[in-house]
Amino acid sequence: MPTLAEHASQSTPAAVHESGRADFISVRDFNFFYGKKQALFDINMDIPEKQVTAFIGPSGCGKSTLLRNFNRMNELIEGVHHSGEIQLVGKSIFDRNVEVIALRRTIGMVFQKSNPFPKSIYENVVYALRISGQTKKSLLDDCVERSLRGAALWDEVKDRLHESALGLSGGQMQRLCIARAIANRPKVLLMDEPCSALDPIATVKVEELIRELKQEFTIIIVTHNMQQATRCSDRTAFFYLGKLVEYDNTHKIFSNPSEKKTEDYITGRFG
Amino acid sequence: MSAPDPESQPIADFKSRLDLFRLLCQAAAALAVLTLGWILYEIIYGAWPSINKFGWNFLTTAAWVPNREKFGVLPFIIGTVASSGIAILLAFPLGISIAIFLNENFLARPVRQTVRFVVEMLASIPSVVYGLWGIFVVIPLVKGFGDWATVHLSGVPIFSGPAYGNSLLTASIVLAIMILPTITAISRNSLAAVPHTLREGAYALGATRWEAILGVIVPSAAPGLVAATILALGRAMGETMAVAMLIGNSSRLSWSVLSPSGTLAGLLANQFGEATGMQVNSLMYAALILVLITLLVNLAGEAILRYTQRKTAGIH
Ligand SMILES: Nc1ncnc2c1ncn2[C@@H]1O[C@H](COP(=O)(O)OP(=O)(O)OP(=O)(O)O)[C@@H](O)[C@H]1O
Ligand SMILES: [Mg+2]
Repeated sequence: MPTLAEHASQSTPAAVHESGRADFISVRDFNFFYGKKQALFDINMDIPEKQVTAFIGPSGCGKSTLLRNFNRMNELIEGVHHSGEIQLVGKSIFDRNVEVIALRRTIGMVFQKSNPFPKSIYENVVYALRISGQTKKSLLDDCVERSLRGAALWDEVKDRLHESALGLSGGQMQRLCIARAIANRPKVLLMDEPCSALDPIATVKVEELIRELKQEFTIIIVTHNMQQATRCSDRTAFFYLGKLVEYDNTHKIFSNPSEKKTEDYITGRFG
Repeated sequence: MSAPDPESQPIADFKSRLDLFRLLCQAAAALAVLTLGWILYEIIYGAWPSINKFGWNFLTTAAWVPNREKFGVLPFIIGTVASSGIAILLAFPLGISIAIFLNENFLARPVRQTVRFVVEMLASIPSVVYGLWGIFVVIPLVKGFGDWATVHLSGVPIFSGPAYGNSLLTASIVLAIMILPTITAISRNSLAAVPHTLREGAYALGATRWEAILGVIVPSAAPGLVAATILALGRAMGETMAVAMLIGNSSRLSWSVLSPSGTLAGLLANQFGEATGMQVNSLMYAALILVLITLLVNLAGEAILRYTQRKTAGIH
């Protein structure tokens, strides 16, 4: 069985434009339940390849829930179920013969709170490679340098790769987590409020990084920061009470939204 | 403060109550320290003639012949360390495994709770009951195993010589069961203290459940697991009744775990009642050594626990 990553690179879909396929991830009639409580209602959206898509909306509207469905992290919670479909490059991620392990290697994730493992910087970065059985030192070394450069952290840590990751600053830890997430060259990078625990300078660095990373990855970022959404996303989706209210080019959403709710939210009238 | 403050009265009240409370706490703390000091003083005072006479040799000679006034506790120190060491070797893997199973949802919640309850119950069984159980159950088992081992494994030093039921191995097995709740409870706590975000981080990178547990969660909890072991070790070293009933209380040095051995605590329990003269002083000396060893072990455990707390505080 080809892995999803191979699948993604092999496919030559019709809807290819400059930066890639427009429906790299497609969500169809998607409903999601925590036990009896429905958290997502009838979501339909296509997320384009190699662009940054921002999820915005008031607290509790289901942004994280949808994000965590893309790599099936919600399955770790007891009593959840869903209906509808999510496809990655035209292939259902819930399909019986999709291995969740392989899916998660194709779709990396960065969390709100940085969560470096209590290991060295080096071991944090190569974690995904180690668990996929890679032991070749030269390969691991290359991966560490490439990933840390990719996360704009290399220069700051290259002399202390074997020191504990817990000695880094908050912003450095978050960039380390980004490096760790891109080490295995995923196709998609999910980021759930990656800057909310960072100071403005660290935030700028991560935002710059996001703009660079989209050359290579499809990025979905959840944010409460409107400026951040305008600064680094191409498309923006506004959620409200578990529903997708509006989804359009970021510029359009923030300059001339079609929905009253969206306008109220981005102008700070509620939320 | 110059301006009249309507709330200053209740605050003053609160303060004086706080002061009283603080005083009570300080008194209680002082009492604890004083008691420890007093006990140590009494032990050292009682042991003094023996300390004077035997000095360091007491620790390094293997002789316990009261009627010829020959006293040396080396076999008992070794027996104490060996019995608790073997007990840890047996209880550690089991305790950690139980802790992992209790902490992760491999089993349905009712099953987990039952297992947890049973393991915690083990801690409340009196020592003497463990001793009796050891006599009726473990001794025959160890004797049976020993008879087999001395024939089939005679080349292995720890199974050499004749096999006895009252032996180091018997005592260690029972000790292992006695310290299992300590190891399980503390390990489970430190596993539960590993931030959930770390677990998610591992899963998000494509780790399987076991990879997440063994590669991230257990290492993150490692200092706590070490602390659990050391605290359990302290407990095993001081355990008296069950060990005295099972170990054979011999002062002969032997490599075999199937031979009788002795521990410091067992020695004291067995001999204090009928001891006189220098024997009393020497038993006091032995008690002092036991106290120092367990104190050392507990201090080490405390230090490691603190280290854990600092470390987990840094993770977030
Ligand atoms: N593990 C869970 N069990 C039950 N309900 C949950 C769980 N996680 C989230 N929910 C509920 O699902 C809804 C959507 O939550 P979600 O975390 O997706 O919101 P969010 O948009 O990410 O909010 P925030 O901006 O505060 O992060 C909320 O009503 C929340 O209470
Ligand atoms: Mg959220």
